[in-house]
Amino acid sequence: MPTSTVFITLVALCLVSFLVGRQRSRIVATAAGGMQSLHSLPKHYGYMTALWAGLPAMLVLIFWVALEGSAIRGLIVAEFPAEIRALSENEIGLYYNQMVSFAVSGGDASMLEPTQVAAADFYNELLVSSGKLKLLLVVVVAVLGGALTVLRISPVLRARNSVESTFTWILFGCSSIAVLTTLGIVLSVLFEALRFFQTIPVQEFLFGLKWSPQMAIRLDQVGASGSFGFVPLLVGTLLISAVAMLIAVPVGLMSAIYLSEYATRRFRAVTKPVLEILAGVPTVVYGFFAALTVAPFIRNLGESLGLTVASESALAAGLVMGIMIIPFVMSLSDDIINAVPDSMREASLGMGATMSETIRKVLLPAALPGIVGGILLAVSRAIGETMIVVMAAGLSAKLTANPLEAVTTITVQIVTLLVGDQEFDSPKTLAAFALGLVLFFVTLLLNIIALYVVRRYREQYE
Amino acid sequence: MSKRSFKNTELIQASLKKRYAREKRFQWYGRLAVMLGFVFLFILLFDIVSKGTPAFTQKYLLVPIHFDADRIGVTPESDAKQLRAGDYAGLAKASMRDLFPDVTGRKDKRQLYRLLSLGAEYQLQDMVMTDPSLLGQAKDVWLLAHSEAASYLKGQVTRDQPEDERRVKNMQMDWLDRLDSEDRTQTRFNVLFFTEGDSREPELAGIRAALHGSFFTLIVTFLLAFPIGVFAAVYLEEFAPKNRITDLIEININNLAAVPSIVFGLLGLAVFINFFELPRSAPLVGGIVLSLMTLPTIIITSRAAIQAVSPSIREAAMGVGASKLQTVFHHVLPVAMPGILTGSIIGMAQALGESAPLLMIGMVAFIMDVPGGVTDPATVLPVQIFLWADSPERGFTEKTSAAIMVLMGFLIIMNALAIYLRKRFELK
Repeated sequence: MPTSTVFITLVALCLVSFLVGRQRSRIVATAAGGMQSLHSLPKHYGYMTALWAGLPAMLVLIFWVALEGSAIRGLIVAEFPAEIRALSENEIGLYYNQMVSFAVSGGDASMLEPTQVAAADFYNELLVSSGKLKLLLVVVVAVLGGALTVLRISPVLRARNSVESTFTWILFGCSSIAVLTTLGIVLSVLFEALRFFQTIPVQEFLFGLKWSPQMAIRLDQVGASGSFGFVPLLVGTLLISAVAMLIAVPVGLMSAIYLSEYATRRFRAVTKPVLEILAGVPTVVYGFFAALTVAPFIRNLGESLGLTVASESALAAGLVMGIMIIPFVMSLSDDIINAVPDSMREASLGMGATMSETIRKVLLPAALPGIVGGILLAVSRAIGETMIVVMAAGLSAKLTANPLEAVTTITVQIVTLLVGDQEFDSPKTLAAFALGLVLFFVTLLLNIIALYVVRRYREQYE
Repeated sequence: MSKRSFKNTELIQASLKKRYAREKRFQWYGRLAVMLGFVFLFILLFDIVSKGTPAFTQKYLLVPIHFDADRIGVTPESDAKQLRAGDYAGLAKASMRDLFPDVTGRKDKRQLYRLLSLGAEYQLQDMVMTDPSLLGQAKDVWLLAHSEAASYLKGQVTRDQPEDERRVKNMQMDWLDRLDSEDRTQTRFNVLFFTEGDSREPELAGIRAALHGSFFTLIVTFLLAFPIGVFAAVYLEEFAPKNRITDLIEININNLAAVPSIVFGLLGLAVFINFFELPRSAPLVGGIVLSLMTLPTIIITSRAAIQAVSPSIREAAMGVGASKLQTVFHHVLPVAMPGILTGSIIGMAQALGESAPLLMIGMVAFIMDVPGGVTDPATVLPVQIFLWADSPERGFTEKTSAAIMVLMGFLIIMNALAIYLRKRFELK
């Protein structure tokens, strides 16, 4: 019985309970002397019945689905012959997965061992009985919950209050999903990263100067152990981000100054949304643009100047990333320059300063903390950007400050390590989670500092 | 004293010109910056449109086909199964040989066959399957040209380039010129691009599978993110007490908005695929991950919209005896709805263009079939663009740009809708 069928059954049961509850409250009301003797409206009794039928059953369903997989696995592995169970966790997993894929999609039974074929039958049996049990349990819980509530319906039952307080809890649950997501990110990344650090020491990861994450298939292979030094990735990330900021900060800041101080209202009303289109372009489009248009252009330009430019240069990726970030810097600086009170402008202009002098000597210094905060946010965006660098930056982890060479970044490595088939026990795949951990904390730190700076600055004038 | 102030005036007068010049320069820097933004935008759009436009047309070649049953390897009495198994590739090749009897030698012949798409044989198969009476007849048929041949006919490849740097050889160009002069070439609108799934052959590849995948993914995203986001905003705006827990939630929402998207991909991989064992490559997981990503956007904009609802509405509702929940759901939310929808559409537009987290959960597989549900393996439009951009064949470059144009079209429609809603909202 697939989970979706069970779910649809549950929804139908909720609907039925709503109708039954509502009807029951009407009957109770007539017996007690008319509708006005009820505490709440009939529909509230309906809602209450539906909630009591639906919520507990839903919880049961979620738990069942969450635990089903590991329970079935445990039961089946216990049936495996002793010599299989004596193998490493890895090999048992492989053995089990072969069996599952045979059980699900069929295939050539002769490729498998007889125990696996038998286990596949057992697996399917378990799946069927688990499905039946799931449905039975959910229906029983729902009917029980609904029936008990229907029996409780009486004119004095405060159905509305009960429904509303339950609903407030549901609202609270929705808003705490943000916390759960953060928790999920931290835990999932942290656990895998810790497993990585069991094989590769932390200091080697953080201070190593060489990144070549290939792992040997056989133990005696040449270069059997990869090296996981994080520094070249950091340098590459910072190099590309630096190029991006060199484009985005002057252009974005000057645009913001022009639009907020010089431009007419109409010019601003047209220009700002048009430039903000740049922010709405999907990053994969920028990646394509960088890889197929900008990178060859820069290489040809470099060649005609007598320079050697890698076909996937940090310059190309950084340049395009800079274009992407321009509207971001522009909007933030615009907000902050606009927040500077007019009295400061007027005082400076009244002293005889020109507009540009006012901007440079009064507005910018006053807005500086906020602008720095905005730039920090932009940097964190550049560091976390993935598609542009995946498509336009290289894969070679080089320690270089030359923007004409190919470098690689943290996000590129995460993608290359994790795309494709992989086993979840090799340091190679786990390294991606260690990189993810670093990325998460670096961007988090930058964001917190930036938000703190921006917020503090804003309070100055209030 | 008076002498000194006179000197100051002089000094000021002398420096004034410089100062005004500097003022002018500064203004020009500003203008330049704005213009630079426009130039970047223009180059980006121009590059994509000029690269992508050719993908909307396809080239066909008129080839005389003799539907010889023996050549196909069937008999007029064959049933459908036998007809399907016929040697249509051989038929297409033989017809090309008939068209150019002067071509001899194995290598040259192979070059000749490469003028036609691999899809040509399926075209012939289709014709015979629908109308078996064709067997034995001779007929001129428009067959789909190979993408390399089409690139010459479209003028993207010319003879100026050195022969060994292009895939279309001089000999093939001669043949194509001859076909062209005999009016045996034709340009048609590229229907396949919208009706087919992915393919290894550029001229056969289409975006339909990716469109369906994007659709299913967005449906899941919307069904999860919209109610959860709105409920969360309602709670934080209307019900939340001011305490540590709600502070924590607020900080979390703001931080989540700034977490790199690829980290959400890692979350999806570790939690939904490895822990909950949901299917890989499926719109279900993609939608869940994207909904977690768009939640902050929806919550933040919904809160702003709810905040903007005038307190008098709340007070009036409470005054006639509505409960807090009734006030919110019957009165506040309907008024705030345009603003909430605006935010949600912007969030959905972000989700539509996102690809990095989807790479993590395996939505990069080569998938030809159109997905039929949220648990089928699928790819989405941005990921399809990513995959095609990686393909070495030049035919895919134009396909990529064309797919980008389609994607941008959807984004523009969504944003226009959001702007329209916002404008209507402002009038109230």
